[in-house]
Amino acid sequence: MGTPRLTRAVDGRLLGGVAAGVAEHLRIDPVVVRLAFMALGVGGIGVAVYAALYFLLPVQEVEENPDPATENRRKGRDLSQIIAYVGLATALAALFLVFGGVFDPLLWFIVFGALGATILWQQANPAQRDEWMTSTVSRAGPKGLMRTGAGVLLIVTGVIGFMVFQQQLQDARAGLSFAFTLLAGISLVAAPWIIGLVRDRDAERRERIRNAERAELAAHIHDSVLHTLTLIQRRAEDPREVQRLARVQERALRSWLYQRPADAETTVSPALERVAAEVEEEHGVPIEVVCVGDCPMDDGLGALLRAAREAMVNASKYAGSDTLSVFGEVEEKEVLVFVRDRGAGFDLDAIPEDRMGVRGSILGRMDRHGGSARIRTEPGEGTEVQLRMPRILDL
Amino acid sequence: MGEESTTFSDGDAIPRVVIVDDHRLFRSGVRGELGDTVEVIGEAGDVDSAVHVIGEAQPDLVLLDVHLPGGGGVEVLRRVLAKHPQIRFLALSVSDAAEDVIGVVRGGARGYVTKTISGKDLANAIVRVADGDAVFSPRLAGFVLDAFSATDAPPVDPELDRLTQREREVLRHIARGYAYKEVAKELFISVKTVETHVSSVLRKLQLSNRHELSRWATARRLV
Repeated sequence: MGTPRLTRAVDGRLLGGVAAGVAEHLRIDPVVVRLAFMALGVGGIGVAVYAALYFLLPVQEVEENPDPATENRRKGRDLSQIIAYVGLATALAALFLVFGGVFDPLLWFIVFGALGATILWQQANPAQRDEWMTSTVSRAGPKGLMRTGAGVLLIVTGVIGFMVFQQQLQDARAGLSFAFTLLAGISLVAAPWIIGLVRDRDAERRERIRNAERAELAAHIHDSVLHTLTLIQRRAEDPREVQRLARVQERALRSWLYQRPADAETTVSPALERVAAEVEEEHGVPIEVVCVGDCPMDDGLGALLRAAREAMVNASKYAGSDTLSVFGEVEEKEVLVFVRDRGAGFDLDAIPEDRMGVRGSILGRMDRHGGSARIRTEPGEGTEVQLRMPRILDL
Repeated sequence: MGEESTTFSDGDAIPRVVIVDDHRLFRSGVRGELGDTVEVIGEAGDVDSAVHVIGEAQPDLVLLDVHLPGGGGVEVLRRVLAKHPQIRFLALSVSDAAEDVIGVVRGGARGYVTKTISGKDLANAIVRVADGDAVFSPRLAGFVLDAFSATDAPPVDPELDRLTQREREVLRHIARGYAYKEVAKELFISVKTVETHVSSVLRKLQLSNRHELSRWATARRLV
C-alpha cells in the first residue's frame, strides 16, 4: 500500500477539497490541515497556496460506491463546519488587528480557546448538534440539563469577558484566564458525554446499514427466488426444465450470498465459474467448480478458459455423466484447469483427424498460446482434460 | 484411532446417527435417502436441543448443519465435544462460504460435505467418519489448499503450518473430483495411505495457529 496520490478530494470536502486531499495524502486529520491553512490564510499566504493547489491538483477519481454510509457523507458540504472555520478566521484576523502582533500572550489564550471550541464542535454530528441547540430544556434528562448548564456557562463567560474588554483591556487578563479555566473545566465535564454521542452515532449508522441490507435481501428474494418458484410450479410436468430452473436459481443465489463482487472479466477464478455456469445452463449437466487462488486475466488465460469451456461442453454432450468436476488452480508460474467426468470415456486414437472439437478447440488452442493439454480417457473410465497455461507475470 | 474394534466399513455394525438441521423437511429427506445404511436415533433443530439429544442418545456420529439457530454448528461442537470427545461429527451444509466451512472443521468436525451430495455418497461419508477417518469434499479440499498456500506469513510451527508435498497432491486430486480409491490408484499408494494423509491434513487444519486459518476468507488472495 503506497501513499495515496495527492488529489483534490471529493469525499468530505468543505470548499475545494484541497485540505481534505492534502490530509488524505499525508494521512492526517483534515481538521489539522484546515486549521493550518486558516492560520496561514490570516497572513495572506495561505489563501494564495490554497488557490494554487486548487488549480494544480487533479480531482480525485470517485468510484461508484453503493455503501449508504458514504453516500450520505457525499451528499453535501457541511455548512456549519464552513461557518465555524470562517468565524474562526475572522476572529483571528480581528485579534491581530486588536493586539497588533503575534507576540501578545493573551492573543494565544484566545486562539487556543477558540480552537478547543471548534474541535468540540467538530465531534458532534450535525443531527445531534441540532438537537443540542434546539431541544435542550424540553427533554429534561441528565444529558439535557448538563447541556443547558454548559450553554449557560459559556454565554455567561462570554458576556463577562466582553464587558471586561469594554472597560479595561489591561485588567481583562485576570478575568480571561478565569474564563479559560472555566472553559477547560467544562470541556473536561462534557468529554464523556461527547464520546457517548459519537458512539450513539456509530450504532445508529450500523443499524441503518443493516436495515438497508435487509431491504436489499427482501427485494432480491422477491425478484428472483419467488419468480423462479412460480416458474417451477408452472413447469412441474417437465422434470428436466424444473431441475434447470432450480440450478440456475441456486447458482444465482449462491453467488449473491457467498461471493464478493468480483469482475468476471478481470480475474481467472470468477471467470472460470462463469464459464461453467454458462455451459451448465446450456446443456443441463451440473458442474461443480473448485478454484484455488486467483490472478488477473491475460490472453493466454483467455484461451485456457475457452479450451476449458470446450472440454466442459464435450463432456456435457457426450460423456453421459450426471455431474462434472472442474478444478482450477493458480500457481506461481502457471494456471491449471482440470475438467473431469465419470462418463463413458472414449478411445482417443479412434477420433478422426478432422474432428475439430478436441483437436482444434482444445489441443491446438492451448498449443498456439504456449500452453499444453492432456486428455486422459479410457472407455468406461471417464475422461479428464488437463489444461496448463503459463502466466504472463507482471513486474 | 480409539480402542473400539468395531469398524463400520467392514459391515460389523451400522452407525447410529443423530441428524441436526433446522429444516424438518431436510431431516426427513436425509432419513429417507440414507435408508438402512445407518440407524437414525435422534433429530434436533437447534443448538440447545441438539446438545440435549446428543448427550442422551450417545450416537456414533452427528450429521451437523453449519447454520443453526442458537449459535450455529460450531456451538454444538464446542458444547458436545467438551463432554463427549468420542462423538464424531460430519458437517453438512448448503453454505459455500469459506469461513463457515473452515470454522466448523476447526471446531472439530471430521469432514464437510455439501447438501447436494447423493444419498449413496453421504452414506459412505458417514461410515468413513464414524470409523474415525476424515472426509473432504472437493470444495473443502479447495478451501484448505487455498488457506495453506498463502505464503505471506512465515509459519510459526512448520510441522503444523505447512502441508507436505504428498498431502498437497492428495488434496489436489480430491479437489479434481477423485474418490479416495481413485486417488490411491493415481498416486500408486493404498487407500489407507490416502486416508492417513487426509487425517493428517485435518489435524493440521484443526491445530494450526496460522492466522489465515483463524480469520480466513476476508478476501480471496491473489497469488
